[in-house]
Amino acid sequence: MMKIKTLSAKEYFSLIALITAIFIAFLYFSPKIFSDYTLTVLGNIYIFIILAISYNLINGVTGQFSLEPNGFVAIGAYVTAILMLSPEIKSQMYMLTEPLPLIKDVYIPIPFLALLISGLLASLVALTLAFPVFRVRGDYLAIVTLGFGFIIRIFLINTPSVSNGSMGLDSIPGFASYFLIGLISLISVILVYNIVYSRFGRAMKAVRDDEDAAMAMGVNTFKIKTIAFMTSAFFEGVGGGILASSIGSISPDQFTFMLTFQLLIIIVLGGLGSMSGAILATFLFLGGMELLRPLDDASWHFGFIHGIPGLRMVVFSLILLLLMLFARRGLLGDKEIWDYIKLKIKK
Amino acid sequence: MDISFILQQIVNGFSLGSMYALIAIGYTLVYGVLRLINFAHGDIMMVGAFMAFIFLGILTGWKFDNISMPIFSTAVFFSIIVTSIVGVLTYLVAYKPLLEKGAPKISLLITAIGISFFLESVFNVIANQYLGGNYQSFYFPKFFSKIIHIGNITIPILTIIVPIMTLALLGIVLFILYKTKVGIAIRAIAFDMHTVKLMGADANKIIAFVFILGSALAAIGGVSYAMAYPSIDPYMGVLVGLKAFAAAVVGGIGSVTGAVIGGFILGFVEVAIPGFFPELGGWKDAFAFILLIFVLLFKPTGIMGIDFERQRF
Repeated sequence: MMKIKTLSAKEYFSLIALITAIFIAFLYFSPKIFSDYTLTVLGNIYIFIILAISYNLINGVTGQFSLEPNGFVAIGAYVTAILMLSPEIKSQMYMLTEPLPLIKDVYIPIPFLALLISGLLASLVALTLAFPVFRVRGDYLAIVTLGFGFIIRIFLINTPSVSNGSMGLDSIPGFASYFLIGLISLISVILVYNIVYSRFGRAMKAVRDDEDAAMAMGVNTFKIKTIAFMTSAFFEGVGGGILASSIGSISPDQFTFMLTFQLLIIIVLGGLGSMSGAILATFLFLGGMELLRPLDDASWHFGFIHGIPGLRMVVFSLILLLLMLFARRGLLGDKEIWDYIKLKIKK
Repeated sequence: MDISFILQQIVNGFSLGSMYALIAIGYTLVYGVLRLINFAHGDIMMVGAFMAFIFLGILTGWKFDNISMPIFSTAVFFSIIVTSIVGVLTYLVAYKPLLEKGAPKISLLITAIGISFFLESVFNVIANQYLGGNYQSFYFPKFFSKIIHIGNITIPILTIIVPIMTLALLGIVLFILYKTKVGIAIRAIAFDMHTVKLMGADANKIIAFVFILGSALAAIGGVSYAMAYPSIDPYMGVLVGLKAFAAAVVGGIGSVTGAVIGGFILGFVEVAIPGFFPELGGWKDAFAFILLIFVLLFKPTGIMGIDFERQRF
């Protein structure tokens, strides 16, 4: 088999320029072409792309099985919401108890700054989690991050002075317009791509492929794993912030394990470690979710098959199992779509 | 704080802890032979509880009135059998092909999550479609809810039976592991699977037996859990399973005795902290993970102190 190299600098910059130009043009013109419903679905897909590529960074590129996205997305969403809501609105909204003075007074109505702070806080939490987890070899990351998701939810429900309890927060300023979501998604993709194909990215892949060998070559595996985890958490926090703004209201029940499970299917379908695969799979999965919606509808019939509430998740978990059994490499394996195109051209 | 209150908490802690212990044994056994966190194990427990419910329904004609001991035991017996079959099927259908292909561990873990979600959604559909709702009350013979008074302490009989049963089952598991041929094989596989295969033992059969053993214990755990909170739902296994895994790590993963000790510790913590500090009651479900993080920070090998890269059980 031919050896596949990453893109050369010239190819890389022309590719980035091309994608940016096409995508921004698409973002600019799509409100004139599509209906509001399609735009909402597309916006949702862009947010999921941010989440999927950052989740792929820790799971696919670094090979550390983690189940964290719902926790960090929740942190990002809540931090953005608390930062963007003015003190007057917050003192009205917190009905169970008075909000803590800090929570009440903090007010940064600048979207980019709020998103940045959300991301940084999420990655700070990731650092504190990484410390106990990456010290031991083995797969504790999965169980700790899964438990972390539950802890975040319990925290949000049980501390009404911070999060308004299970009632959640609403009337979050909707700064996340369709154009802005697309733009942030594009920036995130470019940033994550640069990380994956940088020195750190190579170290991450070395950790995934053979941790002992990487260690012997002088890679500080603890540091690399922690950096990957924190980066992943940063983008998930940002994605959570955008999600909060685009939905407008958040509550602890939105950030259950279901969110993580969907992202897991996406990155497995796309091929663990492939960024373009994750992007492609996001479109396929969210599109498929819309297409399979009738399965959950009890009044839907197709021959002897009829919809039962919850049937859609049976189908999706079966898809995940079959993918793992028969197509473990997903759509693109751990390569990028342009690697395949380059191979074709060279032949 | 009077002494009877403390005693009451201890009894409750024992009872809750033994349910975690029953499930933790399954985690630790599978982790021992395959080095795999079997995320589906909590859901196997849920299958056990649901199967007991379904068999009780069939035996009483879905009326659930005057359940006698023989009927109850028959239902639990069949539930254990069906659950063991489901458990061993997860190995044969999903894990074994992956192991044979030499798939990386992350594939096994993702498959485990997939099985877990699959079982939950299948039973979600079954419960909604055929049992008339996600949440079902669990019925059992009146004998178990009889209350004994010792001084000021009130104890339902169930609270005594479950820990005694757990210790008896622990004895059986230890007997199997240390005194029978299968047990020797299991420990050998945990030590070095490739050598066991070279010695001519059928590793697949032995691993399948581990899954059967773990699932049977999980079924018993599930039935006791369903009796203690007399209700079942398709997602009951998620949190309990995670906590039981945390208990297994606290006790020292790879050690069966450690799993039971870890289970009891977790049970005590979950009963005692809300008992003495009622304002922390809402945080009950978080204790297991906080405990887990502390154990990973200070003593990653757990209480039994087994270095799981080298020695097991």
